[in-house]
Amino acid sequence: MSKKVLLSSKEIQIILHRLACQLLENHVDFKDTVLIGLQPRGVFLAKRLTNLLREDYNVKEIHLGSLDITFYRDDFRRGEKTLEASKTHIDFLVEDKKVVFIDDVLYTGRSIRSALTAIQSFGRPAEIELLTLIDRRFSRHLPIQPNYRGRQVDAINGEKVQVLWEENDGQDIVYLINE
Amino acid sequence: MNKSTKMSELSVKHLLGIKYLNKNDINLIFETADHFKEVINRSIKKVPSLRDITIANIFFENSTRTKLSFELAEKRLSADVINFSASQSSVKKGETLIDTVNNILSMKVDMVVMRHPNPGACVFLSKHVNASIINAGDGAHEHPTQALLDSYSIREKLGDVEGKNVVIVGDILHSRVALSNILALKLQGANVKVCGPKTLIPKHIESLGVTVETDLKKALNWCDVANMLRVQNERMDISYFPSTREYTQQFGVNKALLESLDKEIVIMHPGPINRGVEITSDVADSNQSIILGQVENGVAIRMAVIYLLASKIK
Repeated sequence: MSKKVLLSSKEIQIILHRLACQLLENHVDFKDTVLIGLQPRGVFLAKRLTNLLREDYNVKEIHLGSLDITFYRDDFRRGEKTLEASKTHIDFLVEDKKVVFIDDVLYTGRSIRSALTAIQSFGRPAEIELLTLIDRRFSRHLPIQPNYRGRQVDAINGEKVQVLWEENDGQDIVYLINE
Repeated sequence: MNKSTKMSELSVKHLLGIKYLNKNDINLIFETADHFKEVINRSIKKVPSLRDITIANIFFENSTRTKLSFELAEKRLSADVINFSASQSSVKKGETLIDTVNNILSMKVDMVVMRHPNPGACVFLSKHVNASIINAGDGAHEHPTQALLDSYSIREKLGDVEGKNVVIVGDILHSRVALSNILALKLQGANVKVCGPKTLIPKHIESLGVTVETDLKKALNWCDVANMLRVQNERMDISYFPSTREYTQQFGVNKALLESLDKEIVIMHPGPINRGVEITSDVADSNQSIILGQVENGVAIRMAVIYLLASKIK
């Protein structure tokens, strides 16, 4: 197994600032915008961006939720084990709001497909955008592309992208792992 | 996929009784039920997980709450549901249980929820047919989903089941709810007492690790939770107590009795309630009662059980 650093802590910091600025450019005061972190790993990125927007870019009010897609996945009963859910926490309506899905890695696009179905349980959004830290190019199973991306990566199928966050894993770093 | 999806599963293929579960199974069911409880409190209460699963609800005995609760749980998970009641079926024409179920299964059914008046009917069925079986009550034997939702409701109300004192009051002898509850509560480390007329308490029940009390007030003063059971007149072939009035005087809970206790206890009832017999209306509708909470939790628990068992169907 070989492990290559894709993004260092410093690079992640710079990218987070850029993503925050890009969000700000499109959503200005975030009045009609809600950020939704996808469980389990997208939530860390969503929280980081929210804090950044609040503290460094002075956005006063920003709605942040987390969405679990387990019950909406299309591979139920297809794997070896039971899929176990995480918490969904959305205490606002997404009706007529601009929703931004936030996830760490975009790979096949199937998680996002599930999230598109799942979010309908909370209303009819005006529009939905997608933000990912890592976009694994050329590995999509579905016609889904991010609106905001941190870094594009050409990873082959045997490879894995691992995103670690300081608050959960001790440091901010992104690895490309070859198994 | 770049998701570190946590995984774990039930140790069983069927839910035949609490007897066959371990503590991890119960914890997994509760954690899964937490998620489903969030789902059923959304404005759109449905998830598509089980869209390719067909479930048959086979009821050889009357039920309103359990049947509705199972059906709702199945529909909230997007399963296809067929209902079958023995009163309108070929069972009346002499068909055997295995034949009846196999005929249903040949219509490509994946899971069977069954209630039957004979103890062990679900275990018997699970050995002879190729489908996942959920016991929705077999005679006076077990009613596992009821016990799970009762424990889940205690956990929700008091934070934990372990170490809590629970008294089960009433007709222990004819109650499948009592046996499943005792097994589930003991498995989670609760202290269990049963209370009722001596004639309605089975001999050797102490071997299940419970204590027996015939004085209701003493039992209530000891407990954190009182689970009030219905007197099952339909299962009584002889007279077990002189009169309903006498039963109520000795084993019925009323407001005055609750107020005379040293502490505030939680009142539960699996339904259907005989108001004025085992419990008075003012108690059933009071803040101490979590009876309607139990019913809501019933749907979440059944969704969890069905979801976890369905994920083992290959």
